Amino acid sequence: MDVIELSWWQLAMAAALVLALAICVYWARLGVGNSLLLAATRTAVQLTLVGFVLEALFAVGKPLWIALMGLAMLLLAGREVMARQNYRLRGGWGFAIGTVAMFVSAFSVTVLTLIVVIGPTPWYSPQYAIPLLGMLLGNTMTGIALALDRLTESVRRERQQVEGRLMLGQTWREACGELRRDAMRSGLMPIINAMAAAGIVSLPGMMTGQILSGTAPALAVKYQILIMFTIAAGTGFGTFLAVSVASRRLFDGCERLRLDRLTAS
Amino acid sequence: MGKKALAAGKLTLDRIKAGDLEPVSETIDPGEIVCLSGPSGSGKSRLLRAVADLDPHEGSVSIAGESQQDLRGHRWRRAVTMVPAESAWWFDTVGEHLPGPMTEALDQLGFKAETLDWSIDRLSSGEKQRLALVRALAHQPRALLLDEPTANLDPDATRETEQWLCKVIRERALPTLWVAHDREQIARVADRHLHIEGDRLVKTSGDKD
Repeated sequence: MDVIELSWWQLAMAAALVLALAICVYWARLGVGNSLLLAATRTAVQLTLVGFVLEALFAVGKPLWIALMGLAMLLLAGREVMARQNYRLRGGWGFAIGTVAMFVSAFSVTVLTLIVVIGPTPWYSPQYAIPLLGMLLGNTMTGIALALDRLTESVRRERQQVEGRLMLGQTWREACGELRRDAMRSGLMPIINAMAAAGIVSLPGMMTGQILSGTAPALAVKYQILIMFTIAAGTGFGTFLAVSVASRRLFDGCERLRLDRLTAS
Repeated sequence: MGKKALAAGKLTLDRIKAGDLEPVSETIDPGEIVCLSGPSGSGKSRLLRAVADLDPHEGSVSIAGESQQDLRGHRWRRAVTMVPAESAWWFDTVGEHLPGPMTEALDQLGFKAETLDWSIDRLSSGEKQRLALVRALAHQPRALLLDEPTANLDPDATRETEQWLCKVIRERALPTLWVAHDREQIARVADRHLHIEGDRLVKTSGDKD
């Protein structure tokens, strides 16, 4: 079964709904009318462009171009992680920690899944590699950004507690242990919630998409389970890594708390 | 508590530069209480924080010949323990913050055994301050840095706490740097008194023989 073709005028009807909403938003003076229209426009433009890129990429199928695409996605995700933190580490650390953590977790889990689990030929085949990497990066990004934001925010707020613990001769690890665990927890919560609610409250997007495009639901479900598990692993390990490195960076070699290494963004 | 034979030693500050103060060099003998006073914002707390190695600073400090640079941060602070003016508490009950029951110390400060089960939320600021002293001394430090240890106490509790502190400091031969405001208190407890004037420490004589 082939998916029903969508034409531009059909999309325009959906756009009309957004326009109607925008008019209501203006009328109710919510002050987000412009943001709504801008975001809707961005969605259309960005997704159209990425569609062209993917079509070109699928047509070429060269590993170099796929790797470049992956790198670009990684760097954009790293920038997004940094932008989502109210207080971030100075001097490139804010960007580097998130990006490296996503590289280590999301990239390795993607490659592992491609080679060991799915096994397309070639293993880097863009039709599998790019969507998988995209979903992993997107979720890992959310987890890491939440965790790092929680960590820096809580260390700033709980400065007295952390320094009080240091004064009693606790190591830096003991002094911020509870805050580290909190931060890691908050990074893991979205995927735990998503897994717990999957299929009951929400039908995950990828599965829905596959079913719409004619895949048998049983197979779509298997793919969705695979994706959920890999996202959990990628997010979890990425969060662990990012929080470990960032919390170490909040203390110096003499185990002093160094809030001066944070900057408000 | 206090039965372990710990090597008593001098606390030596060598050209410690903290905040806007001129570099400070002082030697505090075992069991000696040196009071530090000065207008607020003059850098008393910052000096204590530098000695406890909580802030980056210039100069060196040593306890019984062991230098700050040679010890890892937490080892240093376990030896040279600072008690801040505002103490932090992170568990639910008092007892969870203490390494042992600390019966003797609690008793001498007017607390009872059930104090250990008290919730942190119901502590007054004065109780917190005294329990913070008990907690700090429970970890067997080799030198004490006290930042206004009786600031939130009424006159009776102030006297009681002072006497207890002085007794413990002498018994365990702890070199002590004690930030205080009250002249009478300084006269009661200090072996020496340093006052901050402008950006330098001035020795005040005649407080106590």
